[in-house]
Amino acid sequence: MKKQVKGNLNDLRQGAHNTWEELETSALTVRIGTPTCGRAAGSLDTLQTFRERIAKEGAEAHLIEVGCMGLCFAEPLVMINNPESGLPPILYGPITYEHVQRLVEGFVLGDDPCLELALGTVEFKEDGTPYIPEMPRFEIEERLILRNCGYIDPLNIEHYLARGGYLTLQQVLQTEPEKVVSEVEQARLRGRGGAGFPTATKWKLCRQMEKEPKYIICNADEGDPGAFMDRVVLESDPHSVIEGMVIAAHAIGASRGFVYTRAEYPLVMERLKVALAQAREIGVLGDAILGSGFNFDIELVGGAGAFACGEETAMIASIEGQRGMPRPRPPYPAVYGLFGEPTVVDNVKTFALVQRILEQGGEWFSRIGTPNSTGTAVFALAGRVEQIGLVEVPMGTTLREVIYDVGGGIPEGRQFKAVQIGGPAGGCLSESSLDLPVDYDSLKEAGAIMGSGGMVVLDESNCMVETARFFVDFLARECCGKCTMGRLGVKQMLLILADFVKGEGDEEDLDLLEKLAEDIGQGCLCHLGGSAANPVLTTLRYFRDEYEAHVKEKRCPALVCKELITYYVVPEKCERACDHCVLTCPTEAIVTDERTRLKKVLQDKCVKCGTCLDVCPPEYSAVIKVSPPEKVKELEEAAGG
Amino acid sequence: MAEPVTEKATVELTIDGKRVRAEQGEKILWAALAEGIAIPHLCAIKEAEPPLGTCRLCLVEVEGQGVVASCVESVREGMVVHTDGERAVALRRRAMELLLADHPLECKDCPKKGKCDFLQLSIAMKVKRPKNYRPFPREELPVDASHPRIIFDPNKCIRCGRCVWVCKERVGEVPFDFIQKGYEMRLTTFMDKPLGESDCTGCGECVEVCPVAALCFKEGG
Repeated sequence: MKKQVKGNLNDLRQGAHNTWEELETSALTVRIGTPTCGRAAGSLDTLQTFRERIAKEGAEAHLIEVGCMGLCFAEPLVMINNPESGLPPILYGPITYEHVQRLVEGFVLGDDPCLELALGTVEFKEDGTPYIPEMPRFEIEERLILRNCGYIDPLNIEHYLARGGYLTLQQVLQTEPEKVVSEVEQARLRGRGGAGFPTATKWKLCRQMEKEPKYIICNADEGDPGAFMDRVVLESDPHSVIEGMVIAAHAIGASRGFVYTRAEYPLVMERLKVALAQAREIGVLGDAILGSGFNFDIELVGGAGAFACGEETAMIASIEGQRGMPRPRPPYPAVYGLFGEPTVVDNVKTFALVQRILEQGGEWFSRIGTPNSTGTAVFALAGRVEQIGLVEVPMGTTLREVIYDVGGGIPEGRQFKAVQIGGPAGGCLSESSLDLPVDYDSLKEAGAIMGSGGMVVLDESNCMVETARFFVDFLARECCGKCTMGRLGVKQMLLILADFVKGEGDEEDLDLLEKLAEDIGQGCLCHLGGSAANPVLTTLRYFRDEYEAHVKEKRCPALVCKELITYYVVPEKCERACDHCVLTCPTEAIVTDERTRLKKVLQDKCVKCGTCLDVCPPEYSAVIKVSPPEKVKELEEAAGG
Repeated sequence: MAEPVTEKATVELTIDGKRVRAEQGEKILWAALAEGIAIPHLCAIKEAEPPLGTCRLCLVEVEGQGVVASCVESVREGMVVHTDGERAVALRRRAMELLLADHPLECKDCPKKGKCDFLQLSIAMKVKRPKNYRPFPREELPVDASHPRIIFDPNKCIRCGRCVWVCKERVGEVPFDFIQKGYEMRLTTFMDKPLGESDCTGCGECVEVCPVAALCFKEGG
């Protein structure tokens, strides 16, 4: 890229625009998604194979590495635009290296669109957001944050500029900071980190403080298991977040910014470093931004892997070089933040939305979503759904639409049981909540939280007591340990739950667990610790019968908790001559009756590994799990010993 | 003695029905204690800003606001505080129960016998070690007697953080701090070295503020 004189952004953008137009209308392009998720699915092999084949064939094709389109179930994704074919761009997936030859011969060199590998054609909305008309999910989705994700090259700032990047910042720098704040206020934007605090209120408070310097922190410490929204945004479109941060800095009068992200996100770190250097080079970051009198620079900070550092005051302590522990609020960071100075801490997605709001106007934004929760929500849809991935829907979309229409429903014809929203400290909602609109207030009322946007779908094969134990185990290990409720209370909940999944405990313990959770929710030093009560309280609220089955009947209804199940071979179903289970059992716990050839599980030898159930041929499905364990005796007696 | 020329602004609030004047910015806890109204507390240090807020024993209720930590929340004009609100009392008891459940109750042979703030507070709060809790899986750690003046018994520590605060703020030394997280969080020296090999000057400020027998002077304190 040519070195540009600062303040000459318009020329640069015009050049980028021309190059982009040419690329879009007349060049043969192959876009390959190489974010972390795509790489895990093998996209680097796909990329390498494309590179080799295209070189070998001498084809004039542009290989473009892009970010994530959110269609995780179909990774690695490849998008080919062959203008000569007269066809629109086509999206393919999953494309491993084995499929590359077919695509090169078919659609790179020829005009055969290889429809057997295609997901659909790519079309564009008025604002340039790509969508796939063949996929019904795009009718529900509205991509404000993910607009560029999976379409532009995140390492090429010209792509961002060509799509209007930093134009908003140019305009914002000509406006009074108060006007920027009031635009965000008009948008009624609420923080995307999870708590949903009105962004403009925070900004105003910080702006009013008569103290210098002021700081901006972008919270990219995405620690929730199963959540990857912030990673995708930063890996796929880092400049939108940087632009949002510079706009925010102008609005509150900050001179320095930080992006605090996980060091376990190496690609985020790498791409942000490149993007920050590019931003400095074209003069949208650093001293005298775009020739104005405004100075602001951003520093990248890598966290050391502590979940607690996602809490804003712990994050501030960590940046200061202290142990990453939350401190009591108030005072809020907007008043007393980093190094004791006024500081605004916002989530990655909040900054990305700030850019959109200042571009399109607060009024426009406030019309999307619901009156109290405006705009869109990004979810990482995972668990027992057909099409896992990133989803961006307007606030107020129902859970049913997200799970069934966007996610494609539950696989293998199983029954939906619960949806876990808001990360480990979120809540598990039952089928009765499926028609709940997804917004901050509805979720809170139901006992869950918006959280950072994790959404894990559970079906009938998931035990809710074990699910609660799993999340509390995570929280007990990851809470900072500073206050009594967080350190000892959460651990005590875990000890009780660990007993429940073994069938130990009684109704009084259920009561103790519930009261303990309520106390932790109210008495913790920080909201992160307080939210540790959510997985327990919501599972007790919606799935109390499962808890009661565990403690009263020593029975696990979902047949998950190891201590409460036994394996049994159903005589009527067993083929008898087949010895799969006998031969694979690692502890020789399955024996064959010499006379009848029937199989029997010796319970004292069985370690409940489940191998017999896995290997029993599906046409027989003779191995079953039963709970409570004693039930196996009844079955054996009924079968005649 | 002459009257101070300028007085700090004060506010009036109500604590347990009693009208109280307190300096602007004062925390509820200290305003109450100054008026003889008792609120349990262990980790609180008046000069600590921001406050530690770790023990959760000083929770009170504020009308229109709910449960707050009185060592953290500042007084406001017209504020109405109830130290005996049902929820606040239940939460304070819960915090005390949790601390007791995790503490080795070997009071008979304890060097702090008779002067243990923690034990006295639990008696005042009428809280006993709960029987229905699951036992915490605390592993016994060796007692560190390497320092010429101070004995450090990590098993007795309730992790209030007072010692760390005084050492950093008053003495300026940092021979020890908390490591690990969650239930495993514990107080130790840099690289887990014996206290005697650390930078500890032995001033004893930490011993003075320790509410249990985690930090004691040698020879019976």
